[in-house]
Amino acid sequence: MKLDSRIPEGPLEKKWQNHKANIRLVNPANKRNIDVIIIGTGLAGSSAAASLAEMGYNVKAFCFQDSPRRAHSIAAQGGINAAKNYQNDGDSVYRLFYDTIKGGDYRSREANVYRLAEVSANIIDQAVAQGVPFAREYGGTLDNRSFGGVQVSRTFYAKGQTGQQLLLGAYSALSRQISKGKVKLYNRHEMLDVVTVDGKARGIIAKNLVTGKVERFGAHAVVIASGGYGNVFYLSTNAMGSNGSAAWKAHKKGAAFSNPCFTQIHPTCIPVSGSHQSKLTLMSESLRNDGRIWVPKDLKDAEAIREGKLKATDLPEEKRDYYLERRYPSFGNLVPRDVASRAAKERCDEGFGVNKTGEAVYLDFAAAIERYGKTEANIQGIDNPTKEQVKELGTKVVEAKYGNLFAMYEKIVDDNPYQTPMMIYPAVHYTMGGLWVDYNLMTNVPGLFALGEANFSDHGANRLGASALMQGLADGYFVIPYTIGDYLSEEIRTGAIDTNHEAFATAEAEVNETIDKLLTKTTKKHSVDHYHRALGKIMWDKCGMARNAQGLQEAIKDIRALRAEFWESVNVPGSKNEMNPELDKAMRVADFMELGELMCQDALTREESCGGHFREEFQTEEGEALRRDEEFAFVSSWQYTGNPSEAELIKEDLIFENVELKTRSYK
Amino acid sequence: MDLKLKIWRQANTDSKGSLKDYQVKNVSADSSFLEMMDQLNEELIDKGDDPVAFDHDCREGICGMCSMHINGEPHGPESGTTTCQLHMRKFKDGDTIYVEPFRAKAFPVLKDLAVDRAALDRVIQAGGFVSVNTSGNTIDANAIPVPKADADAAFNAATCIGCGGCVAACPNASAMLFVSAKVSQLSLLPQGKVEAKERVTSMVNQMDLEGFGNCSNVGACAEECPVGISLENIARMNREYLSASLTSSK
Repeated sequence: MKLDSRIPEGPLEKKWQNHKANIRLVNPANKRNIDVIIIGTGLAGSSAAASLAEMGYNVKAFCFQDSPRRAHSIAAQGGINAAKNYQNDGDSVYRLFYDTIKGGDYRSREANVYRLAEVSANIIDQAVAQGVPFAREYGGTLDNRSFGGVQVSRTFYAKGQTGQQLLLGAYSALSRQISKGKVKLYNRHEMLDVVTVDGKARGIIAKNLVTGKVERFGAHAVVIASGGYGNVFYLSTNAMGSNGSAAWKAHKKGAAFSNPCFTQIHPTCIPVSGSHQSKLTLMSESLRNDGRIWVPKDLKDAEAIREGKLKATDLPEEKRDYYLERRYPSFGNLVPRDVASRAAKERCDEGFGVNKTGEAVYLDFAAAIERYGKTEANIQGIDNPTKEQVKELGTKVVEAKYGNLFAMYEKIVDDNPYQTPMMIYPAVHYTMGGLWVDYNLMTNVPGLFALGEANFSDHGANRLGASALMQGLADGYFVIPYTIGDYLSEEIRTGAIDTNHEAFATAEAEVNETIDKLLTKTTKKHSVDHYHRALGKIMWDKCGMARNAQGLQEAIKDIRALRAEFWESVNVPGSKNEMNPELDKAMRVADFMELGELMCQDALTREESCGGHFREEFQTEEGEALRRDEEFAFVSSWQYTGNPSEAELIKEDLIFENVELKTRSYK
Repeated sequence: MDLKLKIWRQANTDSKGSLKDYQVKNVSADSSFLEMMDQLNEELIDKGDDPVAFDHDCREGICGMCSMHINGEPHGPESGTTTCQLHMRKFKDGDTIYVEPFRAKAFPVLKDLAVDRAALDRVIQAGGFVSVNTSGNTIDANAIPVPKADADAAFNAATCIGCGGCVAACPNASAMLFVSAKVSQLSLLPQGKVEAKERVTSMVNQMDLEGFGNCSNVGACAEECPVGISLENIARMNREYLSASLTSSK
């Protein structure tokens, strides 16, 4: 099989404009007769649902939560990038495009990324028009801040709650269309399969999570905006309900899955505290602007700290190893996420970890407090301030900058980060891989689209900070409203979709069969969480921050064995005709167990290191990632054939006409 | 630590519920309240019992999905904290903890501790938005300057997480704090002023239709709000509502 990316002809900066000018349209009278199903109500799903409904389509929006506003986009902290150049620091569409391509370690499509940069400015205008309260300057104009991996200030923000404010903006636009009857909302509903008729997506099977009823829904197009699959690792910064099932079911119905092994491990998260842990919490990347990361220089000191015999603050400067500053003098603590994460793992693997489990490093603000304190003393005209005065003044400055994050840390860890250094460790945060889509964001199944984190298209092998919000809203507000018409213009004569078609009956029967299989077991051994934890451990140990061929091969075997055991003896309580969160969880974990296997297969096949994917066999003498552009400058797309890791690999060569491929160096 | 729990069990909306006794042992002080509930549920599942249903999702205090009335307070005893961010170190070994669903006429119990809060969504649908379409042709974001003080006040109102804790805390099960937060946010911004009158009127009407009670200035809502939404918003909404009812052209 061949995948046609349908990138428009012409120069890079004209592609999107030309494409929009030539794309097929659906006239308003016909839009009224066309139904679109949207799975997920995060930034991508909500914005798409609202926009398509405004245009006149009949939209059915689905979310598994009790309200569309709960989608996990809400938890994004830092900000959203846009090439507005309000700061007059030389930003441009090209520069945002270039930073994103480079940040992705040259594993994404030029045309898609350029379009993303092009529409980014519109997103800010749209959000402001909706009443999103971004941070502002005293003159009343919008404020910006800078973020990792770039040299301009292009990040718009609303304190540490940018995702929340943007999602509530999209949610309010969605709510407006619900009130007009143009969107029908199905909350507490989970999609369990895509239905295809004659090769085209024609609807879904979904479960009402309150009554347990399995229902059929027809539409002329199905849009998957269900987010990423980071929870395959059990512990991640994703919400508890975030899952990969919608995308995985689409994959099993023929949609190619691209670059599944590209996962982002975020360097600054609160470390695991014990086996009770259910999720991990991110501490914003912005902390690395002022925090210095270190571990003890001597193994003995590290051991003493782990045993509680020595305190971090007792260790003199010369006995500390500021390993990022040592290894990467020019970028120091501000190296990109993938590099910072690997360096932390390297130190902890060598035995320098500083918490009970040995999986934590320090993020220390003492130097920043002292520096700010001295400046503040100068401002206030205090000559020869005492150490205590400096500390007090500096603490106030740090509190003004990061107060809410420090408070959150203290709530979770019960330790005061102003007094003792924070402890952090990398955690799974985002998945760059996802469903393969063409330039129109359509998968290779006609009528099936994928937006936001659920698709693979824009971030390559590593996503830059503040770019996830940008992509979700770009796809939903400004791309899909145009591109979906290209497909739907052929559907104006189709008429209403008949959910009595045998394809719906078959899909529904299969879903019911799976549910019955999960509920009726002769031996019920362990809870769903038990298996999920076991899967997470395999994935984290063997397909996590560093991977090698042997480990990945073992992982595939281990996952298969675990999956067999799961299907034989998982203990799912209750019945199917009631609200049964354990059953819902079991179905998600069942899909993760297949997806995890494909991730390992993808990681095994990609014999290079790039972005978030680090193969131990492919590194430089200094231990840095070794990209192999000659052999691996392609998108790996997998076509399901019956067994997850035996999928057929389809390669889409990445052609770079506008940027030169360079080795990323932060030394 | 070892704990005794009295948890509300109710099979579905139509059935009668009651408090049932449970025990959970060796709870880590570092675990969150929901992780303690996970631990209980895993034990119940292993014993072949029915686990306790409860709503939760992000577990970092921002999505607003977790609920629960813990020892008589929505989101438990710690102020400014959602249930998912409440940690067990705030309790003592041997404590007896009462866990109930949010109680309000407009929030029917779905199962055990999970309630239906769709009424809050319907209030937003009645007018909690600015009527602007997606077009790519909206005016430049900096075309209308917004005073920083207004933008900050709008932001503070907009941080409401929609958990419904205010309703559960109120003796009248009023949703005034929730509704006023949205009304405030949009009435403070120039973009929202155009429709301000219709908005406040229809949102308040919808609130009444959903069966939420009225405000009698108790103030428990703001006291219990996990994100610190201020009572000022209610005052602002009352002013907006009065002004709209006196001057509306409809």
